[in-house]
Amino acid sequence: MIAQETLTPEEMAEIDHEIALVPVRRAAAIEALKIVQQHRGWVSDDSLHAVAGYLEISPEELDSVSTFYNLVFRRPVGRNVILLCDSISCYVMGYEKIYEQIRERLGIAFGQTTPDGRFTLLPNACLGTCDHAPALMINNELFRNVTENDLDEILDRYH
Amino acid sequence: METPLTQHISFDRPCYSLRDYEKNGGYQALRKALSLSPENITNIVQASDLKGRGGAGFNTGMKWSFVPMNGHYPVKYLIANADEMEPGTFKDRMLMEGNPHQLIEGMIISAFAIQANISYIFLRWAYKKAGRLLKHAMDEAYAAGYLGKNILGTGYNLEMYLHTGVGRYICGEETALLNALEGKRATPRAKPPFPQVSGLFGKPTIVNNVETLCNIPHIINNGPDWFKSLGKGNDAGTKIYGVSGRVKRPGLWELPMGVSMRELIDDCAGGMANGYGFRGALPGGASTDFLVKEHLDINLDYKSVAAAGSRLGTGTMIILDDHTCPVGFVHNLEHFFAQESCGWCTPCREGLPWTEKILLSIERGEGKPEDLDLLDMHTRFLGPGNTFCALAPGAMEPLQSALKYFREDFEKHIDQKKCPWR
Repeated sequence: MIAQETLTPEEMAEIDHEIALVPVRRAAAIEALKIVQQHRGWVSDDSLHAVAGYLEISPEELDSVSTFYNLVFRRPVGRNVILLCDSISCYVMGYEKIYEQIRERLGIAFGQTTPDGRFTLLPNACLGTCDHAPALMINNELFRNVTENDLDEILDRYH
Repeated sequence: METPLTQHISFDRPCYSLRDYEKNGGYQALRKALSLSPENITNIVQASDLKGRGGAGFNTGMKWSFVPMNGHYPVKYLIANADEMEPGTFKDRMLMEGNPHQLIEGMIISAFAIQANISYIFLRWAYKKAGRLLKHAMDEAYAAGYLGKNILGTGYNLEMYLHTGVGRYICGEETALLNALEGKRATPRAKPPFPQVSGLFGKPTIVNNVETLCNIPHIINNGPDWFKSLGKGNDAGTKIYGVSGRVKRPGLWELPMGVSMRELIDDCAGGMANGYGFRGALPGGASTDFLVKEHLDINLDYKSVAAAGSRLGTGTMIILDDHTCPVGFVHNLEHFFAQESCGWCTPCREGLPWTEKILLSIERGEGKPEDLDLLDMHTRFLGPGNTFCALAPGAMEPLQSALKYFREDFEKHIDQKKCPWR
């Protein structure tokens, strides 16, 4: 399929800024994917084609980069993304109970989005706050020492 | 007891601004360093016996000494590896959120030592607060003339960029990190050539861990003998040690290198939480071998931990308590490693998911006695020398030691056809 979508002037300006910092155009690939995701919420096939064209690399090559990294979303996500740490310290401190509670409360498992598009739930490797396990992030905010008691209150903050 | 790395860190107040940092001696080491020759700085760091704090434990000054200094390389790079993603490791976050200028000063001195004019902080995505604080501190440093052109009137130029990754454990491997910075998939590169000679965009490059770089200003200020005197036994300096799991006070402490495991767990972390007993610990992150009760009195320095059959790694310890199933614990680790394998070499790409599946079936009560032989086989086939990088051998460290120290627990799962902890 030929890409119908193009980058917005704003996106191009931001990507140009990154390209100026590196000796070869393609080295801005990850930054460019981040920029597009920031603007569009995720990286669709059309967006990917547009970025690849702009960086002068093949879409296949860019897709191999985009799918390599955990936090480039190649599928649509909800308005809020919950990243629940499932690594070892959080395992020992009981992240599984928090996971159970999120599943019950929101009706979604890892990798799923609520039908109203409010939340996407993803597992995340160690968030680096192991002395305050279990931990999760919602969008850009970190929550530590999460208990079953305060989970509802945390989720209620996001719409 | 001296705590150079954390002396100006307190989370009861905002982290130091440039002015506060300067008032407390900040950037004095940079002024001193710029009056020395680059080779002299490298020699001082090498003599201090500072070893890389990211896990490998290689002499930092020696690593720098491999960078060509003959003037034939106009472009060189210095990179701070702030992609802290080893499960159970949370020390660099504290250093960056607690005192971002300390890292920046260490980076400028280190870049000057190898005569690099471009530097990067490769920060993991999840560290939002650290990113904000570092960006602000970098702006302050540029405005004050510590970064940019003609630093402090010496003619030395250094640009610094903050790059936030998009999440992949293998980015912590220094050659994979270089590929990520080049906008590629973060697969490790073959060595040689080593990055010191051919690194980022093919130019000489040094990649150092955050904690390593934070030590540099103090070594320049106080000298290599002072740094050596900080350590208790075999190794120089202090170390940010951490404990997580079921202890009374999980946390981080800056202690003399070589403190005993018992002191760390009992005195600093307050011992095991009420009702929980100690069964073992991974001393330095997910990819280190278990230590058990008989090791509690060993000193946590590189040599002593190696003699006990493990690695100091990142120095942040994860405790296995007696209410946690060792098979479930190791399954969690191998799930992580299987997910994070970059897929480049076959043993790692195929072996880790296989290992994870066997562990899951044992944990679910579906294991067979011969599964233990299969796991033993994997610890050999995925061990050092059989894979492209250190990810899979690292993944085998907790597994092989769990099979050694907790074999009965594995056998119980198979005999009882269930997890005794569930």
